[in-house]
Amino acid sequence: MSIWMALLTIFVLATLLGFLVIAKVPPNLHTPLMSGSNAISGITIVGALLAAGGGRDWFSQALGILALIMATVNVAGGFLVTHRMLRLFRKPRS
Amino acid sequence: MQDWVALGYLLGGVLFVCGLMGLSQPRRAVAGNGLGALGMLLCVVVTLLDRGMVHWWGVLGGLLVGSAAGAILAQRVAMTAMPQMVGLFNGLGGTASALVAWAELHQAMAPTPLAFRLAGGLSVLIGAVTLSGSLVAAAKLHGLVGERPWHLPQEQLLKALTLVAALALVGAFPFLADPAMLVPPLMVMALLLGVQITVAIGGADMPVVIALMNAYSGLAGAAAGFMLANSALVIAGALVGTSGLILTQIMCRAMNRSMGNVLLGGFGEPQAQADADAVYGGRVKATSAAEIALLLDGAQQVMVVPGYGLAVAQAQYALRDLVHFLEGRGVQVSFAIHPVAGRMPGHMNVLLAEVDIPYEQLLELGQANAQLSLVDVAIVIGANDVVNPSANDPSSPIAGMAIVEVSQAQLVVVIKRSLSPGFAGIPNPLFAMDNTLMFFADAKEGLGAILAALKTG
Repeated sequence: MSIWMALLTIFVLATLLGFLVIAKVPPNLHTPLMSGSNAISGITIVGALLAAGGGRDWFSQALGILALIMATVNVAGGFLVTHRMLRLFRKPRS
Repeated sequence: MQDWVALGYLLGGVLFVCGLMGLSQPRRAVAGNGLGALGMLLCVVVTLLDRGMVHWWGVLGGLLVGSAAGAILAQRVAMTAMPQMVGLFNGLGGTASALVAWAELHQAMAPTPLAFRLAGGLSVLIGAVTLSGSLVAAAKLHGLVGERPWHLPQEQLLKALTLVAALALVGAFPFLADPAMLVPPLMVMALLLGVQITVAIGGADMPVVIALMNAYSGLAGAAAGFMLANSALVIAGALVGTSGLILTQIMCRAMNRSMGNVLLGGFGEPQAQADADAVYGGRVKATSAAEIALLLDGAQQVMVVPGYGLAVAQAQYALRDLVHFLEGRGVQVSFAIHPVAGRMPGHMNVLLAEVDIPYEQLLELGQANAQLSLVDVAIVIGANDVVNPSANDPSSPIAGMAIVEVSQAQLVVVIKRSLSPGFAGIPNPLFAMDNTLMFFADAKEGLGAILAALKTG
């Protein structure tokens, strides 16, 4: 089996798992779900790190650093803003 | 990839899944989000330890600048502006994936496998569409450009041609010695495509666009993961892609429209207004704050139907004050939340949570409609199309859209500045019904006036 088939297997299973998990999220949490999953999509930060720090030609490295900044904004901002919203939902009634 | 690195990514993926599972209950959601963040931190640390980082300054600088900018944005954004914030983040994530793919293609000197090249092309395509699409959506949501759909001549043909050109470029990737040279033209086509898709969509349909861009940003990441043979990117990308698609589906179903119908546009246009007089003609009854106060005095069950107009008028706090006053008098107050009441899925829930309205009091559409016949007074604030009974008329442009059936309540009070139509551009027969009273006022001032009248009365 090639590495591509292994990756495809992971992709398909993760998609199915995603359907099972996400379908359980109630509508009142759909906005935090979106911003939280948006933060998770910042996982491309891993690819950006490899491109930015891996000792490559200057052009790839420049692209990598640009990608790293964007992905980090996405990750840091995404998780923080989700946290801000979710705290509203568990605040006890005053 | 060494085994311990792969193990780290696997653990990261497990944490992502657990984090999303936590989101299914409000009380566990904060912890769930924390698990997701922990998973991300783990993936970053593993990556830094794995390959000798040659250029530490670039890496550290990028992480610092990005974290600072993200933290500032996240702290400053108002809850009403959340859709455009998420839109912007989607765009950044998608772009990052596209740039990573470009860097990989540029770097790879030796002949590369077919799957590597195709995944690279797809990552650039999807990532760039996410960027321009999200920026247009965010600009519309933020009021930088008009919310009305813009139509170009022959737009469907243009869209189709752009898509074909972009796909042809991706298809050419495997056949070139250096596919990286096709990245700039592909990016241009993809950026154009993103703009073409979103400009034709009206402001009321933005929840669908934001959800779709969410899915795209995940898919772009997954495609980059295939290039890097990186399981963390593939797992996280697949999860986000699924999440975005499910939300897109939910939004479309709430409006009884197919995804194709939303994306191809043709809604949110002002229709001919000729029948407005026929619908309203002398049957609309205006009311005053004093009269509403009197009616609320005798009510036991009140249901509030908020729409995005509530947020536009910054009336959430005025609403909270009125609701607390009524509850203090023993009135039961609930809220009917239509799936597309805000500008992104679940937006209205966040806006109400911000003003301390407990989520137990927020009813989903089905629950709300089941209870409406027991309601003494339904108060519609800043909502229009989602309470329009024309949805039950097969010839209406909004036919089949699920609505809050407010006319089932004993009495309906609509707080609205005028009889102007909502995004669907059609008159609303609800306003002329026998048990409907119109209170022509700005939402914030109107709610304040009702509260004042209740206190003095």
